Amino acid sequence: MFDDRYTLAYKRYPYKKSADQDAASPVRHPVVVMGGGPIGIATALDLGRQGIPTLVLDDHEGVGMGSRAICFAKRCLEVAGRYGCGKPMVDKGVVWNIGKVFNKDDQVFEFNLLPEEGHEYPAFINMQQPYYESFQLDRFEELQKDGAPIEIRGKNRIDNVDVHDDYVTLEIMTPDGPYTLEAEWLIGCDGAASPLRTMLDLDFTGKVFQDSFLIADIKMKNDDFPTERWFWFEPTHGGGASTLLHKQPDDVWRVDFQIGWDVDRKEEMKEENIRRRLDAFLGENVQYDMVWSSIYTFQCKRMDSFRHGRVFFAGDAAHQVSPFGARGANSGMQDVDNLGWKLGMVMRGEAPDSLLDTYNYERIHGADENILNSTRSTDFITPKSEMSRLLRDAVLDLSEKHEFARPMVNSGRLSVPCTYDGSPLNSADALDGPARSRPGSVCPDAPMGDDFLLNKLGDKFILLTIDADAPDMIEEAGIKVERLALSTADDKTGALRERYLGDNDKAVYLIRPDQHVAARRPSYDENQIRAAIRRAIGKE
Amino acid sequence: MTDLILTPNIDGVDDFYAELIAAHEGLSKEDSDALNARLVLVLANHVGDREVLSQALKAAEK
Repeated sequence: MFDDRYTLAYKRYPYKKSADQDAASPVRHPVVVMGGGPIGIATALDLGRQGIPTLVLDDHEGVGMGSRAICFAKRCLEVAGRYGCGKPMVDKGVVWNIGKVFNKDDQVFEFNLLPEEGHEYPAFINMQQPYYESFQLDRFEELQKDGAPIEIRGKNRIDNVDVHDDYVTLEIMTPDGPYTLEAEWLIGCDGAASPLRTMLDLDFTGKVFQDSFLIADIKMKNDDFPTERWFWFEPTHGGGASTLLHKQPDDVWRVDFQIGWDVDRKEEMKEENIRRRLDAFLGENVQYDMVWSSIYTFQCKRMDSFRHGRVFFAGDAAHQVSPFGARGANSGMQDVDNLGWKLGMVMRGEAPDSLLDTYNYERIHGADENILNSTRSTDFITPKSEMSRLLRDAVLDLSEKHEFARPMVNSGRLSVPCTYDGSPLNSADALDGPARSRPGSVCPDAPMGDDFLLNKLGDKFILLTIDADAPDMIEEAGIKVERLALSTADDKTGALRERYLGDNDKAVYLIRPDQHVAARRPSYDENQIRAAIRRAIGKE
Repeated sequence: MTDLILTPNIDGVDDFYAELIAAHEGLSKEDSDALNARLVLVLANHVGDREVLSQALKAAEK
């Protein structure tokens, strides 16, 4: 009845019978989250911090084994930071800046990512996914202790759903047998194979790539590699058609071999065969222990709509990308960031239901951008036609001597947050300011003395003024918007000016709870700002 | 005298590269080669400068 689909790294929420299972009639919960992975737990953290009762149902009892999503980008860390678990992630994670690109066996060039100064979080960290999930679960338990109305139930598998106009009925299987619950809202964070999608018979369309990759996590015994990312196009060692090496915490290195489509998975997964590839790649004298291995194939697909009435989809359940560019978990976190405040406002009666449709609009925009970028990387790594291969090889040849060709080399474009250009929640850009902070963009961080701007913005609507006059608080459509008054006089590094003012002396920004810019103007104009607030909550 | 630009000079280079690959989609190798040849001539005419064109020929040599 309860076959585990995967092995656990950490058992965190063992099955415990709930009083709901003996209730005479189905108990109704405000929000049920299906799936206790990184996106499901993040959803509970977001809603729980708003005081919204949230119940997570997971068919396992903890964190799955395997390093899986190992690259966590800045926006993901900033969101986790707002939820209160970003710091331990950065402490544990590995930061790298140097990358090397090899064509055949020769290094063609080296790059240094030289991250921009003045951000609290690094551009990205490498860290095994179980650590990421554990830090989120630690925070989950902390919030519970502080009284947040959140709960997670292990070995609670949703087997059937019945969607009504204003609630959803859930048939749940447990080790003690089935029971029924009702949810006012259901959020499917149940992964790429999403059983919820199947139960609702919803389409998931896109491209399947005919290739597979073998992951081998290894711990070095007598050798050491630097903390860099190395990528080989067509190495002659024969371990894989392309090979990627990068570092994780605990002296573990991730090796990714591209091994083709037509492989015998069972045969390839035998330790002797994995070692054969590794030995060909590393040379005979390197000794290592194998930590974890897996074969994966991938597809670039998304659902036509991430909202179906009272049901939402987030993370891999809603969209799937190739791994190049680390756009899986990172984009899932942006889904949560986007949905959390909107659902909160609608549930509190502060915004109309139509605000939730903008989750669909904005995150489909994000998913398409991620799919486009990761598809391009995939096509560069595994060219689909002879000419595509010729051009790719020409780029690699030229990149060795000529700098201009290096930005064309595409072994993954790192996940950066999506800008919601054209979103119905944006007001027209009234400031001739920096493009990176135009309406729809996520606010770039900047140092504020010992602290950082994003911490000061928090997770409420904020009127950010830089050397501009405005009231300290403005109330519109039932929403209180506080002012955060900043001055370039305190902007020692110049980051605030560069990122928010450009050539202007002053500016006023309306910022959403997910720290995206809703509107910006050269000065405060009451009517315009009031209209921008109404628009940003779906009331205009 | 202008020098051949050998530092990154295309805004949105990924978009350009995708467009280039897309232009070849569905073509036979022969037609693809012919497209490339025409493209070289079109771009050369745009550059115009004889000295720069000679430098470009050198840069493309292996």
